[in-house]
Amino acid sequence: MSATLAEPDATPRTPTTKPPRPPKGAPAGPRKKKPVQWAPWALLAPSIALLVVMVVYPTIVMLVTSFTNLEIKNKMLGTAPDFVGFDNYIEIFTDSQFPQVLARSLGLMVVLTALIVVFGMLIALTLTKLSKAWRIAVSVSLLFAWAMPPLAATVVWGWMFDTDYGVINWALNTITGTQDWRGHGWLENPWSFMMVLVIIVTWQSIPFAAITFYAGLGQVPEEVIEASSLDGASAWQRFRLIVLPYMRNVITAVLVLETIWNLRIFTQVYALQQQGGLASETNVLPTYLFRQGLGEFGTTAAIGVFMVILLMAISYFNVRNSLKDEEL
Amino acid sequence: MSISPGMQLAEEPRSIAAETRAATTIGSGGRPGRRAGRRRGLVGRIGLNVWALVIIVCSIFPVYWMVNMSFTPSNQIISRNPSLLPLDFTFKNYITAWTREAAPGQTDFPHALISSITVGLAVVVVCAILAFLASIALARFAFRGRVFFIVAVLVVQMVPGEAMMFTIYNMIDDWRLMNTLLGLFIVHLAAVVPFTIWTLRGFVKGVPAELEEAAMIDGCTKAQAFWKVTFPLMAPALVSTGIFAFIQSWNEFLMALLLLKGYNLTLPPWLNSFQSATEATNWGAVMAGSTLIALPVVIFFLFVQGRMVGGLVNGAVKG
Repeated sequence: MSATLAEPDATPRTPTTKPPRPPKGAPAGPRKKKPVQWAPWALLAPSIALLVVMVVYPTIVMLVTSFTNLEIKNKMLGTAPDFVGFDNYIEIFTDSQFPQVLARSLGLMVVLTALIVVFGMLIALTLTKLSKAWRIAVSVSLLFAWAMPPLAATVVWGWMFDTDYGVINWALNTITGTQDWRGHGWLENPWSFMMVLVIIVTWQSIPFAAITFYAGLGQVPEEVIEASSLDGASAWQRFRLIVLPYMRNVITAVLVLETIWNLRIFTQVYALQQQGGLASETNVLPTYLFRQGLGEFGTTAAIGVFMVILLMAISYFNVRNSLKDEEL
Repeated sequence: MSISPGMQLAEEPRSIAAETRAATTIGSGGRPGRRAGRRRGLVGRIGLNVWALVIIVCSIFPVYWMVNMSFTPSNQIISRNPSLLPLDFTFKNYITAWTREAAPGQTDFPHALISSITVGLAVVVVCAILAFLASIALARFAFRGRVFFIVAVLVVQMVPGEAMMFTIYNMIDDWRLMNTLLGLFIVHLAAVVPFTIWTLRGFVKGVPAELEEAAMIDGCTKAQAFWKVTFPLMAPALVSTGIFAFIQSWNEFLMALLLLKGYNLTLPPWLNSFQSATEATNWGAVMAGSTLIALPVVIFFLFVQGRMVGGLVNGAVKG
């Protein structure tokens, strides 16, 4: 696998003293121009400037702020804040809802990621078995769910789960033949709020997983599958012993990306809270941070630093995964 | 040199991203061989298609319901029996969504639309230029610090912007860019550039350097060779990544909510305000607004999805 990736012709990695020539090559005259070292840096300069100013600098500022008691009044009066050491970190872990929110976020992340990966794989396997017309129909419908802007999707789902006029309550009444679901408020109870949230996020995230897995399934050699079925392997054995090992990289990539994305969800949670959830009972990390508001910048910076460390730790696997198969 | 060998190479891409794209273009291919070998019972086939139908209905229904409700008059929407088709077809909801202020003292839809398009287009253009230059440097030059920069791009891409929301708020405030589209533009730009660099680099690498060298032997300078040979071959990739950047900016909610107020809202905070202000009275208009926001994204998205899957999972699909 990596042999095909390491095709030497794609990138002139070797220094210019040994220029990569095609074997059939033209007459190798002396090279007039050597690439100058400043050229790549000139090309990179605008991007480096942007990322230093907009990512590196705020990260450092946030880290510094998290050790101070900077408040909005410091900004108003122009006074310098005091250095308070680890007080902000101690405060968020001992004297706030933060640990609870963190636990909720992590729990939600696990549930969402598991559902997305399992259903994504199930739908990808379905796609390989369908006839062409059905496969196109399923794929296009998945794309619609995927393409919906998260905010618009949440507004629509929230309306479908509406207490008085929602189509879900109507459907449940019709199916059960009762009026039990009339006026059932899905968003009032934190647990059923979370259920609605899980439905919205998985609905929107499954297409990415399914379509990526489908692409990965296309790379499993058919001969191996055929051979194993001649040897009498059951469908489950074929999946577990042949397909899964071939798909390991794809599954890891999707797993890590979904983990990160599911820890970072803001739009869906916030919009659903706007439609009737009790924010204090349903916050996840980003909405909790947002609802702290402007004011105690030291505390919010400490929460931010914690989030960055947590996400970077998870991202480590993604970065490693991305670099593993790449020639640099 | 003539362009035809280049065209052939473009059709037979070697880069990971391009191969991934070929693999992810859905609806093509299929596996007749595998299926022919096995005979499936009629029951199994029907069961499979029923399951496929369930997937289709679950995926499409909310989108369909949004469009359906956007054409349904208000008195029908709050009836006890919602109808599956907009029988009393009306455009009134769209007119309400288009003309009414999101909330008292806040922007209306057309202004928010212009704001969103302004920020989105500016992000696309600047991001394409920055990422294009950077991807040339990373894919075509051998220099000290190259590997470091590539790793840095990957790491930066993973820094969660929302964790720094208040730090960025303060920065934008210090620069006197609060409540301006320029401020939001900078924030969005920084969010999309790393991913775009990473994706474009894969596409530049997919165009063999020999093509450029051949052009240089024929007398082009390095810059000319790149511009005349490689650039045309990667123009489609540039368009796709550009559209992807536009969608990211169009959908971004958190920073737009934090940085903009009143008459400067972009579409996501507009929808948020509009929904809060009118949900009790006029769900049809909220659905019309949602439809208007979703429409461009859905159309664009259908164009680019294949390429972007390749970028997101990097080399993994090749596995």
